[in-house]
Amino acid sequence: MTILTGAPTAHESAGCEPDYVQLLTPEGQRVEHDDYHFDGDDDLVRTFYRDMVLARRVDTEATALQRHGELGIWAQLLGQEAAQIGAGHGSRPQDFIFPTYREHGVALVRGLDPGRLLGLFRGVDHGGWDPAEHNFGLYTIVIGAQTLHATGYAMGLSADGLVGSGDVTRDACTIAHFGDGASSQGDVMESFVFAATYDAPVVFFCQNNQWAISAPIERQSRTPLHWRAPAFGFPGVRVDGNDVLATYAVTRAATDRARAGEGPTLIEAYTYRMGAHTTTDDPTRYRSGADVDAWRRKDPIARVLAYLRSRDAVDDAFVAALEAEADDLGADLRHRCRTMPDPSPLAMFDHVYAEASPEVEAQREGYAAYLAQFELTGAEGDR
Amino acid sequence: MSKVTLAKALNAGLRTAMEQDDKVVLMGEDVGRLGGVFRITDGLQKDFGERRVMDSPLAESGIVGTAIGMAMRGYRPVVEIQFDGFVYPAYDQIVTQLAKMSYRSQGKVRLPVVIRIPFGGGIGAVEHHSESPEAQFAHTPGLKVVACSNPVDGYWMIQQAIACDDPVIFLEPKRQYHGDKAELDLDATPDPLFTSTVVRRGDDVTLVAYGPMVRTALAVAEAAVADGRSVEVVDLRSLSPLDLGPVVESARRTGRVVVAHEAHVNLGMGAEVAARVTEECFFSLEAPVLRVGGFDTPYPAARNEHHFLPDLDRVVDTVDRAFTF
Ligand SMILES: Cc1ncc(C[n+]2csc(CCOP(=O)(O)OP(=O)(O)O)c2C)c(N)n1
Repeated sequence: MTILTGAPTAHESAGCEPDYVQLLTPEGQRVEHDDYHFDGDDDLVRTFYRDMVLARRVDTEATALQRHGELGIWAQLLGQEAAQIGAGHGSRPQDFIFPTYREHGVALVRGLDPGRLLGLFRGVDHGGWDPAEHNFGLYTIVIGAQTLHATGYAMGLSADGLVGSGDVTRDACTIAHFGDGASSQGDVMESFVFAATYDAPVVFFCQNNQWAISAPIERQSRTPLHWRAPAFGFPGVRVDGNDVLATYAVTRAATDRARAGEGPTLIEAYTYRMGAHTTTDDPTRYRSGADVDAWRRKDPIARVLAYLRSRDAVDDAFVAALEAEADDLGADLRHRCRTMPDPSPLAMFDHVYAEASPEVEAQREGYAAYLAQFELTGAEGDR
Repeated sequence: MSKVTLAKALNAGLRTAMEQDDKVVLMGEDVGRLGGVFRITDGLQKDFGERRVMDSPLAESGIVGTAIGMAMRGYRPVVEIQFDGFVYPAYDQIVTQLAKMSYRSQGKVRLPVVIRIPFGGGIGAVEHHSESPEAQFAHTPGLKVVACSNPVDGYWMIQQAIACDDPVIFLEPKRQYHGDKAELDLDATPDPLFTSTVVRRGDDVTLVAYGPMVRTALAVAEAAVADGRSVEVVDLRSLSPLDLGPVVESARRTGRVVVAHEAHVNLGMGAEVAARVTEECFFSLEAPVLRVGGFDTPYPAARNEHHFLPDLDRVVDTVDRAFTF
């Protein structure tokens, strides 16, 4: 039996690799793990590679759009592509994803048009997509809130008898994404309590990117985050978050387990936020460039490409075609962002309630009349 | 001291309070090394150390709850909530514990905790970053709620709030952090904290505002001159307790009162002002007390916030309406 001492984990600062599931080294070499196996073929790895490249392109384009004033803010995913693409592919279409505000890669895997992600950051809407369309929830800005929703939804899946039948096209679970900072929120702890006691089919997917704005992981926890799970009564596993084969394998195992009715799992994807927290943040105020450089050498995309090349599973033509596809995606995103119309002023009165409220309706009419009076004065002014 | 922004004034006020009383501690997300996301606590950790300027885990209920414990131990915690929309995870601690400890202990426990909240809109942010939750706190007995509107008040009010033995919700208009600068006279005698003040004299109508709307109200008064109207502007400053003395005095002279705030109008601060002014000076009024504010919708997407927030035109329109009765 392992005794959890609660001693501070010096591994991050000591520079040695933490104990985690890894299936592909930073150099792109396959390694095996006792408990987790990657059973996909080269086609699947190529898909991972493609999705990571496209996710990174969405991110760099959106960052550039923010710099050009087209977006108010953007939360970058740079460095976290493997965690997100692996987790995205590790679920099945009937599983429901509850994202934070940084899950652009998961959204891409889910088939949500990346252009839809821009509205929130441009300030034309609050997201607005139908979560049921791709089983992908709205971006959640209040930290940790969605972990409870994922748990409740999972409880609903159980109640509907959608776990444990053994039919992989029917059984379903949920994935709750959150960050290392979010792990300190009461909501997250409460979701662990509910998930454990109701055996809910939910996978908690924590991207430990080491930072919550300026607060390092040491400010949130003195022990590895995945250690928390056993204390609540379910398994926790730490995975190399920059290794897409591992994040995929671990997520697949956890979702299979949840779908089979065996309850929740906490996955801690150990990764690093290469960029700023958001485009309004200045990370040089609180962290060293040396850390960033060390993590750059663990780039999640480079290692998959090295692996695919070592197997002759991609050639220059593939890489060039993908680059062209990414260029097209980027150009399309730029165009659509710039031409995204502002909402009508009266749109703010829509959907406050499912059933119209007379008070809101009266305010809408009042404001419409107020605006009309301006149009009149404007027209008079023109004459 | 030279001219300073509200952000700099608050920073200076916090610094002075920390110099004068070593029981004053700052707590909150990113307040230390980063100096807060708005840099209001910039440099304070460097000068006062990590024991007095504490970067907190990302947990608002935890931040406020531990501040309560520290206050019970004799400290004077000043807590920063990063954005208005993130105060709700701490709402339980604020409303059920912070607000009621004095009452429950028959006055034996004092909780001199200040909760600083950058509030209000107009900075083009995403959802949950632009809210005006003041009425929710002002509706809670046991809490004092104040809002500063300019650098001079910011400097003095934050120190007064820290010196106050009651819990104070301290609202900072975030869109004015880096706005108009003002001359700070460090030898001045500030007005008492829980008072409102007339910030512009006028005779025809009383315009009541606080926080970010004071600037708009002053612009309205300026614009009204062209229409031959003289607008008196009152900055409420304190929302709980509400000092309506200057408003009532003014209303008796002008006979017309308009209240402007960013928060939703229904059941907001304006409703309270309207009810009480009506009670106090019903026979002096020429028109009902009118309110102008945010609509009763969630705060909209940034590209629509200029429609949601009462701007100069919408306030002028309401002032005009006060003359139609
Ligand atoms: C309840 C709440 N408090 C504060 C914030 C402001 N905030 C936004 S992101 C963030 C840091 C989040 O860190 P983490 O959970 O590690 O996720 P990451 O952004 O690093 O992916 C903070 C403090 C918020 N959005 N919600």
